[in-house]
Amino acid sequence: MAAGTPVIVTRQLTKTYAGAGVAVAALRGISLTVERGEYLAVMGASGSGKSTLAHILGCLDLPTGGRYLLDGVDVRGLGEDQLARIRNRKIGFVFQSFNLLAHATAIENVELPLIYQGVARAERRHRALAALRSVGGERWRDHRPNQLSGGTIQKVALARAIVTDPALLLADEPTGNLDSASSDDVLASFARLNAAGRTIVMITHEADVAARARRLVRIRDGRVVEDRPISSERPVAAAVAAAPPAGARDQPQPLGQPA
Amino acid sequence: MIPLENVRIALQGVGSNRMRSGLTILGILIGVASVIILVAVGNGSSIAIQSRIQSLGTNLLQVQSQPVFFRAGGQTATLTQSTNLTAADVHALEQHDLNPDVAAVAPVLTASVTATWDGNSYSPSQFLGTTPPYRRIAGYRLAHGQFFSSAQLHSHARVVVVGQTVVSSLFGGQSPVGQSVQLNGATFQVIGVLAAKGTSGATNQDDVMMAPLTAVEDAITGYQASYSRIDVEAASPSRETAAEYEVATTLDTTHHIASLASGNLQILNQASLISTSTAQTFTTLLAAVAAISLLVGGIGVMNIMLVTVTERTHEIGIRKAVGARRRDLLGQFLVEAVLLAAIGGVVGVGVGLLGSHFQIVGVTPVVAPYSVALALVVSVAVGLFFGLYPASRAAGLQPIDALRHE
Repeated sequence: MAAGTPVIVTRQLTKTYAGAGVAVAALRGISLTVERGEYLAVMGASGSGKSTLAHILGCLDLPTGGRYLLDGVDVRGLGEDQLARIRNRKIGFVFQSFNLLAHATAIENVELPLIYQGVARAERRHRALAALRSVGGERWRDHRPNQLSGGTIQKVALARAIVTDPALLLADEPTGNLDSASSDDVLASFARLNAAGRTIVMITHEADVAARARRLVRIRDGRVVEDRPISSERPVAAAVAAAPPAGARDQPQPLGQPA
Repeated sequence: MIPLENVRIALQGVGSNRMRSGLTILGILIGVASVIILVAVGNGSSIAIQSRIQSLGTNLLQVQSQPVFFRAGGQTATLTQSTNLTAADVHALEQHDLNPDVAAVAPVLTASVTATWDGNSYSPSQFLGTTPPYRRIAGYRLAHGQFFSSAQLHSHARVVVVGQTVVSSLFGGQSPVGQSVQLNGATFQVIGVLAAKGTSGATNQDDVMMAPLTAVEDAITGYQASYSRIDVEAASPSRETAAEYEVATTLDTTHHIASLASGNLQILNQASLISTSTAQTFTTLLAAVAAISLLVGGIGVMNIMLVTVTERTHEIGIRKAVGARRRDLLGQFLVEAVLLAAIGGVVGVGVGLLGSHFQIVGVTPVVAPYSVALALVVSVAVGLFFGLYPASRAAGLQPIDALRHE
């Protein structure tokens, strides 16, 4: 893919759920373009369709109509295995409910996407450790999720999301289950990753969480009702503005953060 | 992904989900073990009963005259007793130099009688007129009194020996020795009570009365041209085949025809007595026991596998979300299911064999090799099917739908 290709292009994306006799329209035509290196917050009330959008952008669900190009690849018409490959290599997903394997340790959870890439064991461990380190979680490597706090679990999930160096980091209410201190911590990690050039789309219903991003898209009743940049005075955001977004992915150490 | 990785993931899955793995193994284990033990108990009782039949009379041969049907010119079938078993046959069989492997011979005349005592009447299922050697041949012991003697046989003494069932049914449980009993109106004196012997197949061996052959012909049946059968005891179990051959040869000589070859006479040995009566019943019974055990075991395995599906589906959602393909998941579950089924199967066989060493409700179980194979195959197949099928369905879901299973 060319460096200039937008990470996300959607055109008139629709999603209809066939309910009991009634078809419920969750998305009524979302058209959105996200460039490389952007940090986008999608905001909306509950029921606005933002979670549905997150699932479709993350290739966890398929749209009913419209087009979706992820990193230049049209997702429609892809087979099951190709979709799995896209989820594996191009998308890192952070869930509200973490979705870590309960019986596996932190490092095993982070390694999981690499297993399905066929990465050899030693390299897998090495890269998983690097990802854990980049979210400051190396010391939890042998803990299981039930031995960790919500904030740390979400950081392990974040490490899992970035371990494959995906084109898109997608977060669905990543702070929804966290207290405010942990939320700050996780959001700081997002900001650092974005500063390092990573493209982030974050779904949230909280205005102060959305304010940490650099661009805000507001959704209501399955349609985009607002799309504007966030002017921020925060130092992190200022630092991000100085970084060249498109070139960031070509750095030899993509997981590393500016010291 | 290389298959080795599947194995590694599966091993990790089995090791980390201890509860689920444990329950699955337990389900298969119980299925396999219960089949083995239940069939072993059935088999054990079958063998116990067969050995009781052996005690019915060791080395027993029974010579029977076969009713022969023949059609004459398209007429209706006629039943004819073509070869009679007579005193001459008994006499010939008693020639020890001709029949060195025959230890004892007793003619048997059966009749149906109604016995009356003190206003009670009772019809035993067996009433025999015979000779003194019969007691030893048939393996009866006496509880009270004595068996009739050769002298009583020759003097046509009207004496009778009764079994335990007759004692309880006719005499109200009291020892009837010395009592007089009416048999079809003729008076006989009870001189002995047989010790309990139990049931052989459908026959209650204690529901019996025996009297001297001569007295029975006098008082009950009238003179008979042919005995019902002749019972023969071989000198030892190892000589039974030889004895059977000698009996056949002797009878062919006395009748001047190949009566056995023509099917007019039939010699039943211990094996054929058992196989004709009891063995078939037990084969059916064992098959039923095995089928029920397999059903129970299979349902147990199925339940455990289905219970873990919800947890499994969520895990499948997570794995799919991070890029597992359907074939990755199927490979993982296949290896997992095979592994769990194998462990459960092997341990189940161990537990089954171990459990079969104990007496269960008074029966010493005897393991039937076929039950081990059957239990393994069915339980493992059920475990594999219910381990793979729900998982493969979940693997076909959209990741988000699988993730919604909490």
